[in-house]
Order: sequence, then structure tokens, then C-alpha cells
Amino acid sequence: MNPEIPQAVCFRSNSVGALQNVSLRSAMRHITSTFGKKRLDAIGDNPFEQWRDKASEIKMEVLNNLQDYVSMFSRNATAAGAVVHHAKDAHMACDIVACLLRDHGAQKVVKSKSMISEEIHLNAFLERRNVQVTETDLGEYIIQIAGETPSHIIVPAIHKSRQQVGQLFCEKLGCEYTDNPASLTRTAKTLLRKEFLTAQAAISGANFAIAESGSICLFTNEGNGRMVTTLPPLHIVITSIDKMLPKLADLPVFMRLLPRSATGQILTSYFSLITGTRKESEFTGSQHLHIVLLDNGRSEIARGEFKEMLKCIRCGACMNVCPVYGIIGGHAYDSTYPGPMGVILSSLLNGLSQAHPLLDASTLCGACAEVCPVKIPLAKIISRLRELKVDRGLASESEMIGMLSFGIATKYPKLFEFGQSVANRAWPLARLIDKQTIDRLPRPVSRSFKRRLA
Amino acid sequence: MRVQLFATCLVDTFYPETGEAVLRLLRHFGVEVAYPREQTCCGKPANSGGHAKQARKAAEHFISVFRGPDPVVIPSGSCASMVKNHYPGMFHDNIRLFEASKELASRTFELSQFLVNVLKAHERGFVGNGKITYHASCQLTRELAVRQEPLTLINSIEGVEFCPMPSADRCCGFGGVFMGKLPEISMALADEKLDTILESGADTVTGCDHGCLMNISDAVKRRGADIKVKHLAVVLAEGLR
Repeated sequence: MNPEIPQAVCFRSNSVGALQNVSLRSAMRHITSTFGKKRLDAIGDNPFEQWRDKASEIKMEVLNNLQDYVSMFSRNATAAGAVVHHAKDAHMACDIVACLLRDHGAQKVVKSKSMISEEIHLNAFLERRNVQVTETDLGEYIIQIAGETPSHIIVPAIHKSRQQVGQLFCEKLGCEYTDNPASLTRTAKTLLRKEFLTAQAAISGANFAIAESGSICLFTNEGNGRMVTTLPPLHIVITSIDKMLPKLADLPVFMRLLPRSATGQILTSYFSLITGTRKESEFTGSQHLHIVLLDNGRSEIARGEFKEMLKCIRCGACMNVCPVYGIIGGHAYDSTYPGPMGVILSSLLNGLSQAHPLLDASTLCGACAEVCPVKIPLAKIISRLRELKVDRGLASESEMIGMLSFGIATKYPKLFEFGQSVANRAWPLARLIDKQTIDRLPRPVSRSFKRRLA
Repeated sequence: MRVQLFATCLVDTFYPETGEAVLRLLRHFGVEVAYPREQTCCGKPANSGGHAKQARKAAEHFISVFRGPDPVVIPSGSCASMVKNHYPGMFHDNIRLFEASKELASRTFELSQFLVNVLKAHERGFVGNGKITYHASCQLTRELAVRQEPLTLINSIEGVEFCPMPSADRCCGFGGVFMGKLPEISMALADEKLDTILESGADTVTGCDHGCLMNISDAVKRRGADIKVKHLAVVLAEGLR
């Protein structure tokens, strides 16, 4: 196999596996219906459409002037005492983080949730360099000890039932079995507290980066984000250039939209706005703040026809309503980002030759675009990416032949009619070729509607 | 009033009785129905599969067949949305076809839309019996924003009890080419849809798209469930006063 061409995702076989997983199915059913309802309750009578328009507008302003805002952010963050690093790809970002940790002699690291760190596979990179990384978000902690990857961008352990978590804690942490969520959380909390107090460095992500002040924002629910960003002397923020907002005054609309869209909360339990390092009069905050800004193809995306995808604020609302995601969960996508936004981001970040099977993972029902808080036309983009897939010769030969014949037949009514009558007569034969599909369709009638009218 | 009927390729090939029901319905309300015999398919399967060139062939043919000024009525949300929402975007390189597709889009109606908004069919009402639930198909609901019209029609059937199903606008898993490409997911989604249909307590499920109804029928057949699947046109034609 040519190592230059990454192997395409085996989406169909992955999804078949997921469909047979009974506990996954029931966990997914419960969670997706709960989130959907909570989201609607949180929106209530608020002027949600106006918020969406406003947020979309702000994000487009950033994307139309991306490099300017990145420069502005870098200047202002530096002035506030942070060191800003620009990483053009995943490897460079990992390298920067590893060098910073080495320079500070840090071998124990606590981490709060960051999807960018998943995108660049940071944990594996650091572990190979003998750095001990502990995830401190409960969901991330669960999947870290299970040796798995997140199956949802907001709720990484969404695929696990509490019984499974109980079993896991019992096996890996040596505690007594319980499936009581409060007890399990207490166990994790006790163990994590020790990590917070002894870690030499912290890594966090950022939900937004404010260009005018050089600040980064974090929306969290468990308080671990606060511990991570204030206790260890070194704090490394790993985020991507598309997280920019021009000014602090742009933040409120996103504070309204993000929690409501993500978890159906009016506001997350914790909101942190971090500007530079600890000042002399301050008691908390890191002494050394480094911000790694990842590009990884985003500058190019911002210049192309799929620019709008970079408006994404990673709320996960699109996956919560997606019928396909809702029935198979995130792992079947075999990609950092699952669901509708993941199908698109994987195609754009990893390239179509690797990600194109994921484009099939949509019925184009449009539920995703309907809930997107920044109005990304997700289904339309998936549809357009399918066209690129066909143009680049990534569709199967049989599909190409089938569609070509279809296209020709639509132009010639007599040929179309002939095709219909052949379909009726050749049905038993077609059944031999593709029993699974044919058995789901009724047999074409021998006298079509058009013939009946004759 | 005169309209042109685009029966859709699914009705033409699999469900001629739905086509006949549409004819009866429209004629009942005093509409003269022309059926252009050159019609084929709107091109939706190619469009949703990413085969833009093939979809364009179908669109060009459709535009040449359904010339003005008479309205075009289509008993399918996804085909109507194809014509109304997708055609104009295909012809940015051809001003003549772009204008023609916009003009066509402006006089194209999905059946329930036409029955309620133009013919006011619900005001005269229908008769029937039993309990009916309604599946809100995706393109009809989200691309055409036709949410109320089918319900208005169902509620105008005297003797019928409307039993809403939970998450009526959740996709049934048909998705055109999706059904063939990922059959396992498609069937699992149809099974979940059937669960909600049965939960409604209805004896009949109706909808405005034969793609979805075909997928739902398959789930019904596989499970051996005791529920009838009927296009809304058939339900209404059976209940003409």
C-alpha cells in the first residue's frame, strides 16, 4: 500500500459493529433525546434567530480577516505576558508542547478538555516522551483509563453506561464496584485532586480567543478547568486560529448560544476568561502562559468555498440531532470529530481520499443545519463535498455507471420507460445481485402510471 | 384552473394508485390536470449522491417539459424541493436556464401545499375513519417549510382521529442513495421510526413522500406490524365527499 495515500475510513463496517452494540444503542437513545429536549427548553422564548444571525456575522468577520485577527491576538496576548506560538500542523504543535514541558522540567501534566489536543493526538505524543498526562474532565478521565477516544466532542464518554463506568473503575482503579454516579464521581475527584496538587504543568484548550485583549475563554462544568489553569506554574493553551473573536463585546452572544446548544444549559457552571500571566497583586493564575495557535490547514480552508465551516463553535448540537450519529455513536466515524460537523471537518482537514466514506453518513435530512447556532449550512456542505468526491473519481465504478445511465435515461422518456419495464421483468435477477436492497423495495409495477393513463 | 402533474418516478414505477388518487383529488376540486408524457425524474437521486452532471441533465429535461404558465403540482416534498430549491443553483453558468428554473420554481407546488393554500380543500373537508398518524418528511418540513398543510388536511377529515407520533420530523432513514449505501443504518432508523408510529396508537401512517413511506413499509413488513402505510393523496382521495 502506498503510504502517501491514507487508507479510507471503513465507515460501513464500523457502523454495523456499532448497531450490534446493544448497550451503546440504549445509551445513545437516552442521551440524544435528553439533549434535544433540554436544548429546546433552554432556548425557550429567547430571540434565538437573532442570536444566531449575530454570532454568524461575527464569525464571518473573523474569517474574512483571519490573519489580521490572529496577529492582533498574538500582539495583545504577548503584551499581557503570554508567549504565543504558531503551529502550522499537528506535528509542529505537539513538538512545541513537548519542548515547553522539557524546558520547564515538567513530567507530570494535568489537562482539561481540548478537542484540538485530540486532533493532533497530543497525549500519545507526550506519553512516548515519558510525560505523564492526566485528563481531568470526568468524561475524558473515563475514556483515558479505558484507553479509548472521545465519541462526542462535548460528552466524550457518552457511549458508556454508568454500569460500564463502574466496572471500569473497579478494574482499573481498584475501587469497589458501584454504578452510583455520585460515588464514581467522588472516586475520580479524590484521585484527581492529588494530580492537580502535584502536576508541574497544565494543558487546556480554549473555546474562544479574544483578539483585542489577547484573552482566552473556557466554558466548563466541573471546576477542573479552574484547577488546571490556576494551580500548576506552567499553563499551555492549545487552540486553533478559527477560535478568534474580535472583541470582548462579541462574547455575550456566544455565552448565550454555546451552553444552550451544547448541553441545554443557560450558562455553564464555570466560565473563565484568562488574560496573560499572574500579576503581582494577584493570588491565582499561572506564572508562565504559553498559547499554541494551531493552523493545520485552516488558513487554506478560510480562503476556499468551505470557509463557513470554520464558524463552528464545537457545541455538538448537530450530532445531538443527527439520526445517523444518534444510532451509531461517534466511534464508527473513526475520526476526531464525529457527526455532521465531523464529516465535514474530517473531509477538509484529513482530505477526501481518506475521509470520503464519511460523506455517506448523512441522509441530508437537514436537522443539523436547523440547530446550528452559527448557521452553518451543514447538509448543503456535505452535499457539495459529495460532488467533489465524484469529481475526484472517489465514487465506485458501479455507482458511476449507474448514475450515468440514470442521467441519460432522464433525458429520453422512451428510454426511461423502457428502463421501468425492464426493472419489472428483471426484478428476480436484480434480487440475485443485491438481495438486501431489492428486498426492501416493492416490485416495479408492470403497467406504470404513465401507461395506465394511455 | 389548469395544472401540470409531475407524478414522480416512484409513483410512476411503484405506486400508480397514488398517481390516480392525485388525479381524482385535483379533478374533484375543479382542476383540469395535464400530464406531460415526456416527464421522467427530477434528478434528486443524482443530486443527493453528488452526481451534479447527471442531476443537471434531469433538471434541463424537466425545465423543457414543464413550461409555463400552468402551475406544476408534485405529490412529494423532496421532488418539489428539488425543483424549487435546488434547480436554480445548478445554472449559475447559464442565464437562460437560471431564469427559466427560477420561473418554474415560482409556480411549483407540493401537493398538500397546493391543496391547502390554493384550492382550500380543507374547507370543504373529507370523510374517513380510524386513527391516522403523520410522518413529517425531511425536505418537505425543512427545505419547503411545509409543516402545517398536511396536518390541516388530516384534521379536516371527518371521522378520523389524528394521533401524533413523537419526533414526527425525525428522518426515517430513507435518504435516497443513503438507503442503498448504508442499508444497516437505514433499516435501523426505519425500525426506530416504526416504534414511534406504533407508539402513536394509530392504525394508519401517512406522509407526503413515497421514498419515506417505502422505507417505512419495509420496516412494517420485516416486523409484521399491523399498520397501514398510505400516501396522503390516497387517504384524501378515499375520503372525497
